[in-house]
Amino acid sequence: MQVRVTVRLKSGVLDPQGKAVETALHTLGMTDINHVRQGKIFEFDVDATSADQARAEAEKAAQALLANLVIEDFQTEVLGS
Amino acid sequence: MKAGVIVFPGSNCDRDVAVALEAISGQAPTMVWHADSQLPDLDLIVLPGGFSYGDYLRCGAMSAKSPIMREVINRANEGVAVLGICNGFQVLTEAGLLPGALMRNRDLNFICRDVLLRVEDCASRFTLNYEDEQTIRIPIAHHDGNYFADADTLARIEGEGQVLFRYVDEDGQPTPKANPNGSLNNIAGIVNENGNVLGMMPHPERMIEDALGGCDGRPMFESLMETLSER
Repeated sequence: MQVRVTVRLKSGVLDPQGKAVETALHTLGMTDINHVRQGKIFEFDVDATSADQARAEAEKAAQALLANLVIEDFQTEVLGS
Repeated sequence: MKAGVIVFPGSNCDRDVAVALEAISGQAPTMVWHADSQLPDLDLIVLPGGFSYGDYLRCGAMSAKSPIMREVINRANEGVAVLGICNGFQVLTEAGLLPGALMRNRDLNFICRDVLLRVEDCASRFTLNYEDEQTIRIPIAHHDGNYFADADTLARIEGEGQVLFRYVDEDGQPTPKANPNGSLNNIAGIVNENGNVLGMMPHPERMIEDALGGCDGRPMFESLMETLSER
């Protein structure tokens, strides 16, 4: 079953890379774009018999390795079988 | 003092710290490959600087899950002294041995230069040979040294005196201008609650003799040698 884990910095944590991307977008004239935050997406297959089981496994992976919960939050989505 | 240096793929200060340890203690450290799962009897474990695993995922994140780290965590919990320098500090936070995290530098630059540090506590086994509030000059060389912790954690480590080194100016003051990377409270190095695990971004092993530009890193290794040789 295919799963997607999205990892992003927690809202209170400064994101200097997001800020730099935002500044570059402004330099390109896209001044209507603001509050850029940069994150990561992981997609992988899980051997699971149900969506709940796949999601649980993805959450385990996110907590153990994919996200650093001191600074990051994550979301999991089951994309399909 | 029996010291061991953990070598991860991409470590590049492992030999520097081995030279420093041997120069000061007279005894060459044991080099331990990250894929090993056993450690010999050691008084000090060093996690060296470098770019382990190419900084993939997050700096130190992959190394923190290396087979040898289970044993390093066990030894740390038993009270063995652990010193993480630069990438080693990142590994210690990722492994949960030290609180907080090290994020991309505030100005996004890789910074490689000498900085001034204030020794906040000279009663630690790592700093006995310094004087309280002594200002020392040690180089930094990192891209991700911006120390972050949530407000409660920060208050706790400050309250418990776990901050051992702070970036300061010529007057010994932790001003915003003296902060090279955006670290909260100008934090450059912290110890765990028990005081046996130190993580620091600056490189004391690069300042152990005048030929290298200074000796301000030497007292740290001498402190460790004096404390740990008594065991």
